[in-house]
Amino acid sequence: MNSKPLALKILDAVSLLLLLAAAYLAIFVAPTEKVMGDVQRVFYFHIGTAWVALVGFVFTAGLSVIYLVTKDLKWDRIQVAAVEVSVVFFLITIILGSIWARPAWNTWWTWDPRLTTAAITELIYIAYFMLRQGIDDPDRRARFGAVYALIGGLSAPITFFAIRLFRTIHPVVIAGTNAEAEGTFSMTPEMRSAFFFALFAFTIIFIDLFWNRIRLGETQDKVEQLKLKVTM
Amino acid sequence: MAKQSIQRAGISRQSSGNFFQAIRAIVWKDLRAEFRSYELLSAMLVFSLLVLLIFNFALELDVKTRQSVTAGVLWATFAFAGTLGLNRSMAIEKDRGCLDGLLLAPVDRSAIYFGKFISNLVFMLIVEAIVLPLYSVLYNTNLFQPGLILVILLGSIGYTSVGTLLAAMSVQTRTRDVLLPILLFPVAFAVLLAAVKASGGFLDGSDFSEISFPINLLIGYDIIFIATSFMVFDNIVEE
Repeated sequence: MNSKPLALKILDAVSLLLLLAAAYLAIFVAPTEKVMGDVQRVFYFHIGTAWVALVGFVFTAGLSVIYLVTKDLKWDRIQVAAVEVSVVFFLITIILGSIWARPAWNTWWTWDPRLTTAAITELIYIAYFMLRQGIDDPDRRARFGAVYALIGGLSAPITFFAIRLFRTIHPVVIAGTNAEAEGTFSMTPEMRSAFFFALFAFTIIFIDLFWNRIRLGETQDKVEQLKLKVTM
Repeated sequence: MAKQSIQRAGISRQSSGNFFQAIRAIVWKDLRAEFRSYELLSAMLVFSLLVLLIFNFALELDVKTRQSVTAGVLWATFAFAGTLGLNRSMAIEKDRGCLDGLLLAPVDRSAIYFGKFISNLVFMLIVEAIVLPLYSVLYNTNLFQPGLILVILLGSIGYTSVGTLLAAMSVQTRTRDVLLPILLFPVAFAVLLAAVKASGGFLDGSDFSEISFPINLLIGYDIIFIATSFMVFDNIVEE
């Protein structure tokens, strides 16, 4: 059993501190938004988690290609870790968005393109785990998982364009404007620093969890091999 | 040199001939087996009628509602019947080891994909060709418009292209038939959405500028997913 590397231990501690600092900045330092009030503070974590989850999903599609070319199970372990951590972060994004939407849009949920695409994307990656659960052979599980993650990764942006056929009310804070958006605001310098700090913090937290999850995958494989040895 | 290149050209022509022959043989086998038993088509058809019946009462399809939901009802029916057909067509291959037999044949693996894809598409189109006039008669709506038929063709191509690939995957898992809709619906969501929008546009007689975007989306989806399935199919059937 190899023990946790020192770098990972340090990263664990740093991630925790960054999470606390990001929360402090979002709650105490960033000014209160004039129209929406305190609930707007959800925004910092909403974007932070969405950012890492989406990068994670794109990364996953790339890992599919790498696995299908190399057929090295190491890449499969990395892919599972990336999908699992991203799915959790994306679920947090959706829940935080709902909390914000209730006062801002007066509804928990609406079938807006971004929200619908988010829900479909989340369902694709949940289906990914259900697919993997049904397969015992590790090589086949890895191949099917990679193929499905690739197909899912390709379909998500097309889904987004398809839902554009209907109108959107989701605000676009970072770049561009949407005349029909509800709940748009412009950021003050303090808001901006809290925002970028949250992005940075969640990136580090993601890397930390991702690393831990890869190590867990390695341990799982070892246990599986040991079990096979015992039964033989 | 010239002779060599002629030979090589001859070989490649022969192998591409083999490729299309293999596709044709698989399609022919599927159609022939089906037209002897009518297992798949009868199941898909009866199921589609039941879905229509359920929609009829669930949505109270009176004249006013019908106008806005016809496209949605049609595509939901096609999608449900489609999964039934895709599942069955792959399960037949898996059950008695037919898939292993196909894999042993000295043809390119992607020929198997295209063969299954085309026969699945034919089954889906046959079902649609029966459901459409039935719907027209039952609800006194004229569904025979060239635009709508084009949309149905494009939508069915997209749906079965990715459906054939995912069905080949799901039959090899423990959960089998339960899994296919769960894998397929989120991925095929875009194609269903664009198809509903385009069909609705044609039925309402909208301007072509409004319909051209979903149609382009359907064409793009078809091309992307046929190409991707063609490239990754080897990984699905590899032993």
